[in-house]
Amino acid sequence: MSIVDTLKETAQGLVQGAMSKLVPLAPDSWIPGGVPDPLIRQQHGLIGTSVSRLDGPLKVRGAAPFAAEFPLEGMVYAALAYATIPRGRIAAIDTAAAEAAPGVVLVMTHLNAPRMNTPAVFGSSPTAAGPADLPIMQDDRVHWNGQPIAVVLAETQEHADHAKSLIVATYAAEPSTTSLAAAKAEGPQPGLFMGQPLLNEIGDADAMLAAAPHKVDHVYRTPRHNHNAIEPHAATIAWVGDELIVHDATQLVTAEAQTIADVFDLKAEQVRVTSPFVGGGFGGKCLWDHQILGAAAAKLAGRPVRITLTREGVYRVVGGRTLTEQRVAIGADADGRFKALVHTGIAAMTPHNNMPEPFILGTRGGYAADSFKLSVETVKMNMLANTFMRAPGESVGTFALESAIDELAVELDMDPIALRIRNEPDKDPTSGLPFSSRHIVEAWRSGAARFGWDERSAEPGTRREGEWLIGMGCATGTYPYYRMPGAAARITLRRDGHALVEIAAHEMGMGTSTTTAMVAADRLGLPLDRVSVGYGDSIIPGTILAGGSQQTAAIGAAVIAAHHALVAELLKLAGNDSRLAGLAPDEVGSEDGGLAKLDDPTRRESYVSILERAQRESVVVSEEASQPLELMHWSMHSHSALFCEVRVNAVTGETRVSRFLGAFDCGRILNPKTARSQFRGGIVMGLGMALMEETQFDERNGRIMNPSLAEYHVPVHLDVPEIDVIWTDIADPHTPMGAHGVGEIGITGVAAAVANAIYNATGKRVRDLPITLDKVMI
Amino acid sequence: MTPFTYARAEDAADALRLGQASAAAYLGGGTNLVDLIRETVAKPSALIDVTGLSSEIEETEGGGLMIGAAVRNTALAEHLAVRTRYPVLSRAILAGASAQIRNMATVGGNLLQRTRCTYFYDTDGSRCNKRAPGSGCDAIEGFTRGHAILGASSACVATHPSDMCVALAALDAIVHLHGRGGARTLPFTELHRLPGDHPEFDTVLEPGELVTAIELPPMNFAANSTYRKVRDRASYAFALVSIAAALEIEGGVVKDVRIALGGVAHKPWRASKAEAVLRGGPATEQAFRAAAVAEMADAQPLRDNGFKIELTKRTLVAVLGDLSGAAA
Repeated sequence: MSIVDTLKETAQGLVQGAMSKLVPLAPDSWIPGGVPDPLIRQQHGLIGTSVSRLDGPLKVRGAAPFAAEFPLEGMVYAALAYATIPRGRIAAIDTAAAEAAPGVVLVMTHLNAPRMNTPAVFGSSPTAAGPADLPIMQDDRVHWNGQPIAVVLAETQEHADHAKSLIVATYAAEPSTTSLAAAKAEGPQPGLFMGQPLLNEIGDADAMLAAAPHKVDHVYRTPRHNHNAIEPHAATIAWVGDELIVHDATQLVTAEAQTIADVFDLKAEQVRVTSPFVGGGFGGKCLWDHQILGAAAAKLAGRPVRITLTREGVYRVVGGRTLTEQRVAIGADADGRFKALVHTGIAAMTPHNNMPEPFILGTRGGYAADSFKLSVETVKMNMLANTFMRAPGESVGTFALESAIDELAVELDMDPIALRIRNEPDKDPTSGLPFSSRHIVEAWRSGAARFGWDERSAEPGTRREGEWLIGMGCATGTYPYYRMPGAAARITLRRDGHALVEIAAHEMGMGTSTTTAMVAADRLGLPLDRVSVGYGDSIIPGTILAGGSQQTAAIGAAVIAAHHALVAELLKLAGNDSRLAGLAPDEVGSEDGGLAKLDDPTRRESYVSILERAQRESVVVSEEASQPLELMHWSMHSHSALFCEVRVNAVTGETRVSRFLGAFDCGRILNPKTARSQFRGGIVMGLGMALMEETQFDERNGRIMNPSLAEYHVPVHLDVPEIDVIWTDIADPHTPMGAHGVGEIGITGVAAAVANAIYNATGKRVRDLPITLDKVMI
Repeated sequence: MTPFTYARAEDAADALRLGQASAAAYLGGGTNLVDLIRETVAKPSALIDVTGLSSEIEETEGGGLMIGAAVRNTALAEHLAVRTRYPVLSRAILAGASAQIRNMATVGGNLLQRTRCTYFYDTDGSRCNKRAPGSGCDAIEGFTRGHAILGASSACVATHPSDMCVALAALDAIVHLHGRGGARTLPFTELHRLPGDHPEFDTVLEPGELVTAIELPPMNFAANSTYRKVRDRASYAFALVSIAAALEIEGGVVKDVRIALGGVAHKPWRASKAEAVLRGGPATEQAFRAAAVAEMADAQPLRDNGFKIELTKRTLVAVLGDLSGAAA
């Protein structure tokens, strides 16, 4: 190299250095005194730009393989028959006609199913994913109305469906609890969530409530909700020798593989679960009976099985959100300051699962108060195990709390936003921890200005156009920042300068694979088209649950850890002939396809150059994310300020939402395009919860009577107005990328904002969801 | 789904011949029947596709319209003569289902829709006298938000789901039928039955009898008609209550009126009592209210649907108010 070339390169290096995206390594944990992720400061990368889903073209072309689209040689199709009593025994089951029907390969019942272990119920260990602590088709017991009692395998789906309609079962019914009144009479029990009691008592809330000059005290009710992802649950399952392959639609590949392995007495590595695309998760796409039944039937038949739940099947086999009855009582002084905050009540559950809808979670950190009494108790019913559904706890909890605050604002004759801001806490009111990042007041102010909140009349029922009464309401939404332990990332950096980032995470349509590619590209200093992402496969190291809105943070932390390992490995490979020679990992950063010294970017070498000189095709590192210590040091939450305008028909009570705005405070937004869809989708789901969603659970026999989208109403296009979404975009200094998850926050608070708007329109306060027209008719 | 044979009829005579097979069913657009087959509520052994029958809408000599049974719902709703002379019919059709379903559904098939009672659909887990005569009714003490408040029986509380039929009931339509005994006509309001002891029969059709056309008689004041549907979401839901009405006012007096109600009974409910109260009387809100009260006098609520009595009254008053404003 001539001296001229060297000078030229130096000059170019300086210029590039000045413009560079040089990013130091991120901290490996967030603790007091630590530093924020340097990517937060980096303003010229991919993060924060709207990137269309990288898998969009694949999906539009129909080329993205979903769980029910894996063709396997010799595959047969499954159909399920369901029990029609809530509790008892199968006295007899006649499968002769089904077995004789055309195309049928076999009929499996408890009489001939392979012997299997009971799956470990979710929550009983870090890798347990079972739906309930119940054996699956191992005996004649019936535990809920709708439990699968037989699997038909046939050469086509139509043959299987027909044959299953020929199965006749008779039952010996046993006493059951299928009404809420009966369940309550048996006595509530303390709720435990993730092993922790759902109970907070600070000060003497009862006494302070009694003594408060202003108070509200009401009971709010929320019904059962069922999962209705656009893709019904499905799995394509094959035994290959002693190994089991499950092409599934799931939110937890790793835990599912482990749990299924235990069911069949296999080692974890003998079960591979893939889930490349999921047509909507929302907490419902986990391990339920159908995957295990499909695997058992495949074993019995010696052929691969495709099991696709019908829409009715989803209601019979996949649990939903359970019902709640919540008391919220708030005592306040004349200024509106909360003296007592009481949020207690019950959620229905089964004797066999671990999911007490934790509706007080959002209340714990929501508002300052002198005293608190918060608790969730459970009552037990004979029903399908209830489960997670978008923002479990907060969705229904915010309906009660944020309705009550609106009622208190009326009682105090105060603006409801001002009342909320007055009770803004300076630290977490129940844990005492400092907030990592809380800018809800900014969200309130910017949202109110944009929505035109000052046009609202405080007096209900005073705005009218023809038959239509017009009202505005607001509410706060809230959801915590989570990051669960166990995440890992594997990075394969190739000599052509391309990086493959693999994580055991899940793409349920929200854009995770796209955002992961963006984050990894910025972290590694590569353009987007030089990064590909592998995910949704249990053979990838680490455990990442797509739940609790924690996936983005978990992936972010895992990529940070793997990036550390990659830089160390590259510096080793670079050796003494590199301009990087002698530098430690914390002295360099990634930029423009290589590494450079932080305070002297002219000392750089590209990844390609390092690998070429080391004569390596690729370098592979795999690393586990740091422990989520940030959660021990800070109270970490996302928030939203929600604004709703409704039109309520004075003749019929029909409610139409005419405008909606969400102002979100969710850390730094990584991909505005996909985040906006997440927020909007959550709000749409919240509108359904507010106005129409309700599982019709027949309390006489525990049977769900509306297992179809014709009778279980979710919003149609005409029910959804234009939804305006804005955000603070203030990074949380204590999280990877400064980001919070955005999957669940969108639905929280929405039902209260709608209910409060209906009150403002009509003067009618409805405290039980959904707010159907009969409850509003004036 | 139970296996069946499929044949396409060339014309009405062909359809009739094919339709005499036992457990044969005529297939229009299939928007309800195919669902019923898939859910094993209906188990026909043979499907006779009658979409090849007349799909014409023609002027009659008397100044009305003759609508072929195979006319698609969308085509009927869009037809200029229907939109201008019988707007209630166009609006009723457009209030139902979705654009895709209306494109498929035929007029004949719309008449013969079956109830959406969820207990009727639950073949495995629920008793239903309509599906299995004599087995009992699990709906009466169950979820009854969508169920009848008028004309129900202890055997059945189901409602007829059609919007279009409510308009046809108001318009004095005539059903043209072809059966073993030849052709006959029937006033539309006599086509559907109340459940009584035999809810398994939705209509008075003879086995194998075929709907060939619907005739709309001339009704000049039907140009002042409308349809209002009240439901749990803005679109794609069955009516909790619906009103089809046509109103003629002269000098502040109701000269003539037609009213039919949907979502309240086992059949499209012609509100004859309300009409009688109104006819010849003043076109005032008070009179509209009195008419509504008269029609609802015999209404019987179930556990979940008591609100429909007041909802029907209010909606009827509002509809008549709108029509009287439009007529004035």
